Amino acid sequence: MENKEIELIVNGKRLDGRGLHDLRPIKIKVGVLEDADGSASVEWGGNKVVAGVYGPRECIPRHMENPYKAIVKCQYMMSTFCSLEEHGRMGPNRRSVEISKVIRQALENVIMVELFPKSQIEVYAIVLQADGGTRISALTAAVAALMDAGIPLRDTVIGVSVGKAGDKLIADLGKMEDNFGQSDVPIAFTNRDKDIVLLQMDGLLTKDELSKIIDLAFRKGEDINQLQRKAIENKYGETVSKRLRIG
Amino acid sequence: MGEEKDIIMHAMRKSYLLTLLANGERLDGRGFYDYRHVELHKGVIETAEGSALAKIGSTQIIAGIKFEVVEPFASDPDKGVFVTNAELLPLASSRFEPGPPREESIEFARVVDRAIRSAEIIDLNSFFLEEGKALGLFLDLYVLDYGGNMVDAAGLAALAALKSTKIPKVENAQIVRGEYSGVLKIEKHPLPVSFAKIEHYVLADPTIEEESASDAGLTIATTEEHIAAIQKFGTGGFKKDDVLNSVDIAFEKTKELRKYL
Repeated sequence: MENKEIELIVNGKRLDGRGLHDLRPIKIKVGVLEDADGSASVEWGGNKVVAGVYGPRECIPRHMENPYKAIVKCQYMMSTFCSLEEHGRMGPNRRSVEISKVIRQALENVIMVELFPKSQIEVYAIVLQADGGTRISALTAAVAALMDAGIPLRDTVIGVSVGKAGDKLIADLGKMEDNFGQSDVPIAFTNRDKDIVLLQMDGLLTKDELSKIIDLAFRKGEDINQLQRKAIENKYGETVSKRLRIG
Repeated sequence: MGEEKDIIMHAMRKSYLLTLLANGERLDGRGFYDYRHVELHKGVIETAEGSALAKIGSTQIIAGIKFEVVEPFASDPDKGVFVTNAELLPLASSRFEPGPPREESIEFARVVDRAIRSAEIIDLNSFFLEEGKALGLFLDLYVLDYGGNMVDAAGLAALAALKSTKIPKVENAQIVRGEYSGVLKIEKHPLPVSFAKIEHYVLADPTIEEESASDAGLTIATTEEHIAAIQKFGTGGFKKDDVLNSVDIAFEKTKELRKYL
């Protein structure tokens, strides 16, 4: 997996000049769309993602409805022009279907679905520009859009990718680190209880390394939580963000 | 454009709009041929060879352009290829559902495509590389927020994206990603102007409410000199005078819209 020709880390600095544990600049903005019940945009390094939420509303098709809770639908999609390389295919593919599923299941963990029997909550995220870590950017946008939609959440979900490149443990992998690093671990967890609600990994790590990068993710999560809070505050003011259970 | 599922709301909304229209008013206070606030941002996507975000009122559409080496069409073996696609993202409207493109998005993409293609603003001959190989220009439109009049926002985004397009460098009939041989030259500027017809009233730049109360829609795309494309949408009809009057307004409005490019 590691490409020896590309030195991802030189003198403790990464290709884009970051330190090992530095996040890229992250901007979260809520209420960016008019029609959606809740929406958010996230710019995370070179990633640009927009998410929209609809619901709770009538479950269609009817046979999917659950008499005890709302069902959550989620679609993650990449635009055809989001990468520097070739023109992508329109519509879902196997990768995006999987990512949609893991994002959905992370969100289902905190959405208070039991309050809305027989209904559905839809979460959509489109990646307009990709730079490594799109699923985490999409998840972050989706969480902010859910908050903007006023959908009751037990806790916030914080996502960050961590991993290993050039034999070092690093936070927030960029595209080159994602492609040529030794390991990539996208992780998402609830803020209060640190329940890990999304965890994927590829590459090779020891148990000790995994333990260390999960701790690293938890530490970095605090910064991301502050940004979520700020985004809500910017639209709704401080009173609302204080009442939110996001930290 | 969106399908109106609720018959009673449709009738109520329509009768309210008609009351206003009889007094020469629109819901948001505009004149019949006034546009909502227009915004255009070029080069918003760094990974694309060309891109733009257009906003008209609450409608937001992003256009992105990518190049690929493709096989020319058999009918035009010495020309490049230009393809337009559109995705009505479900996050853009409660009316859009996930799934493969449906007739609505196909018609939408084809109308935007037609204005650009019939004005012949892209020199497809220059995209020819060698026997069986040519550059293909893929113009993709994503509707991010749907507040009515997708076509005009898409036309604006598409043209602005084309005007900001860099042509990739080609070596041995392969694209060298990240290197460019020049920019796409655009000399004519076809833009669509769309109308909705509610009873006998014709309104430019319809909102989503106006569209859903309308019986028919009309899009007229014009270059500086010519009409480049026309499409009538929906089930209702337009009188010849309506069409001709709309053409005049389209020429006038595209002049205003071109200033944003």
